[in-house]
Amino acid sequence: MADKCRVRITVNGVAYDQEVEPRLLLADFLREDLDLTGTHVGCEHGVCGACTVLLNGDSVRSCLCLTVQADGAEITTVEGLGTVDNLNSLQQKFREHHALQCGFCTPGMLMTATDLLSKNENMSDEELREGLSGNLCRCTGYEHIVNAVRAAMNE
Amino acid sequence: MKPPPFAYVTAESIEHAVAELARSDGEGKLVAGGQSLMPMLNFRLLEPSVLIDIGKIPDLTGISETGDGLSIGALTRHVDLETSHLIAQRFPVLTEAVKHVAHIAIRNRGTFGGSLCHADPAAELPMMAVLLDARICVSGQGGNRQIPADKFFLGALTTDLEEEEIVTRIDLPYLPESTGWGFEEISRRSGDFALAAAAATVSLVDGKISEVRLAVTGVDDLPLRIRAAEDALRGSELDDAVFSSASQIVRDAVNPNSDVHASADYRRHLIGVLVGRVLRSARSRARGGA
Ligand SMILES: Cc1cc2nc3c(=O)[nH]c(=O)nc-3n(C[C@H](O)[C@H](O)[C@H](O)COP(=O)(O)OP(=O)(O)OC[C@H]3O[C@@H](n4cnc5c(N)ncnc54)[C@H](O)[C@@H]3O)c2cc1C
Ligand code: FES
Ligand code: FES
Repeated sequence: MADKCRVRITVNGVAYDQEVEPRLLLADFLREDLDLTGTHVGCEHGVCGACTVLLNGDSVRSCLCLTVQADGAEITTVEGLGTVDNLNSLQQKFREHHALQCGFCTPGMLMTATDLLSKNENMSDEELREGLSGNLCRCTGYEHIVNAVRAAMNE
Repeated sequence: MKPPPFAYVTAESIEHAVAELARSDGEGKLVAGGQSLMPMLNFRLLEPSVLIDIGKIPDLTGISETGDGLSIGALTRHVDLETSHLIAQRFPVLTEAVKHVAHIAIRNRGTFGGSLCHADPAAELPMMAVLLDARICVSGQGGNRQIPADKFFLGALTTDLEEEEIVTRIDLPYLPESTGWGFEEISRRSGDFALAAAAATVSLVDGKISEVRLAVTGVDDLPLRIRAAEDALRGSELDDAVFSSASQIVRDAVNPNSDVHASADYRRHLIGVLVGRVLRSARSRARGGA
């Protein structure tokens, strides 16, 4: 096993200072080491989007990022958006618009939408669909997800 | 799957990265955005002894004007190419092309240098480098050198880089004034690699083509400039008949693959159609249209 490296990472506002193996994926650090299992892992090669988190405010695939590469960064996961009793407005719109069924894709959809909304509060329908097109959903047919994000944008 | 074990070094400078590469005896790998390398590690297609992270080297960043062109740091992320005003002003064809690279979360991490070094035969940015006569600036143990883009790509996932060399910047010489451009891509889903893509620039003097460049990707082992088609177009009157013969020259010149996404015949057909389209949009932009 290769020598461990020290990383200092802030996740959802909490600072962590830990030793990790260089090959540890950020997705596995979040899920296994921090027990933040809201971040889902589908494909492990960047295609499905389920593992999307924010790194210094920008959406990234946590399956394509090593924990050591995130040293010094601020990470936001779906657990950082709202709580079960206190959903944030985007999560609330997902609920109102039936934007989830099994929920596997939902954390990635929420994090991608958070990034999109933070960069453009005035997306055209095409921009919105294009923005979400990197996240796969096998249940909803996408229509309700698009509606939920549009509703959050127009709020 | 998960990546195999490896050691990890954060390079402090270009020299440091080169020294670490040399020390690893061909077993080390540079990592920039990781958006091509990490999938290969997760699939265990590679087992490097050490990953040398160049992501924090300040000399590899930034987009600046050099007098006769733009100098773009190898670490410039796709999203920064996409949103740069300098690039939109000088190389709008590049702004358009980068929008077709993957999705927002991947564009937030992936880098210009990484895309060129990965040299996927269906990637957009290598085609842009070839189209725009990029000079690829490289540092190695023997010093620095510049590689013209059309000598840099040697085949699928293969470049002219030596084992201990690192791409530092990509220099793009300005195009003549009144140059129009076109970019077209067909892919199965938005953000996918191209089944076929083409790009052109057309510069006019007195209504005739004075300079023309035509590049394609997805239809051969590497991105190609189609010089024979450029020769047929240069000096011509820009009419659709010349464009059709250029399309035919391109179809004859390329050597596409068949795979699950498309047959070679379909790709060959597509590229001819796309060449016609990019030439027509370049013509109308060169004449001052939008
Ligand atoms: C789901 C998905 C979809 C994608 N779709 C597309 C697409 O449609 N079009 C497209 O073009 N790309 C696509 N990509 C690839 C993406 O553009 C990558 O960002 C890019 O190919 C590599 O850039 P990187 O910085 O991530 O490089 P890395 O993955 O870090 O490195 C790639 C290779 O280049 C080497 N390298 C990196 N930087 C340097 C340097 N400065 N000097 C020398 N060697 C270096 C590395 O050692 C490695 O071998 C996609 C990726 C994913 C995961
Ligand atoms: S698990 Fe990361 S994109 Fe699918
Ligand atoms: S809700 Fe099941 S995958 Fe999207």
